[in-house]
Amino acid sequence: MKPAERLNATFAALADPTRRAILTRLAAGEASVMELAKPFAMSQPAISKHLRVLERAGLISRSRDAQRRPCRIEIKPLVEADRWLERYRRIWEANFERLDELLDELKNEADASEARQS
Amino acid sequence: MPYPLTITRKGDRDIEIFRVFDALRGRVFDCWTKPEFVRRWLTGPPGWSFQVCEIDLRVGGKFRYVWRNAKGAQMGMGGTYLEIVAPERIVNTELFDEDWTGGEAVGTLVLTEANGQTTSTYTVRYSSQEARENVLKTGMEQGMVASYDRLETMLDEVNAS
Repeated sequence: MKPAERLNATFAALADPTRRAILTRLAAGEASVMELAKPFAMSQPAISKHLRVLERAGLISRSRDAQRRPCRIEIKPLVEADRWLERYRRIWEANFERLDELLDELKNEADASEARQS
Repeated sequence: MPYPLTITRKGDRDIEIFRVFDALRGRVFDCWTKPEFVRRWLTGPPGWSFQVCEIDLRVGGKFRYVWRNAKGAQMGMGGTYLEIVAPERIVNTELFDEDWTGGEAVGTLVLTEANGQTTSTYTVRYSSQEARENVLKTGMEQGMVASYDRLETMLDEVNAS
């Protein structure tokens, strides 16, 4: 997959709340399909379908040899998906730090004019 | 130390930008709505400044922002005010000139004051989940970030020369 396609698959996979909940569970450690299905009011085939989407997006991997085929979270696509957010955050951080300075300046001006009046 | 900034995806279509300020609400409101103040802080990455900053703060009124960098690269956006409750709430449409956000978005600014501090929550709702995801995966990369990447490259070149 090209980088843009991979990112596309990552965001599509993350758009679903059940899949995000599965990833949250897997962040705590690997788990089998049965273990993952338990907290959700969902059949194992339904969960398996979500797992296939996550696997295609590269967000999880599944062991091939063990019979219970535990799922494991893969962090790399998440890091890539968050990179844009980091850029966006830096821009807003810089904006708001300038706003802090401006607000300080306005407060000092108001305080000074109050002091002159009293 | 500045207060921490939180940026989160909310629901299917929203991005929320949350921050606390050490100032009274009326003053924060002025900084978001008066061109002479907006010009001083809403300038984005280093090297960019406002070329146009026009605000007609009334329901149905329009705002128009154009930023420019030292090399003449330009980025513009604008919109219409849908709702204004000074000093606590503004709702407006917004659209970048190079429509990399997949159609018009709606921005909602909510300011609340407690103990002399103001929390500012700015939520941008995109036209659809697809549009938001598009912003995340393509728009943000090809639009905004590409402009800033170009800028960073330029700054590197300037510093190197």
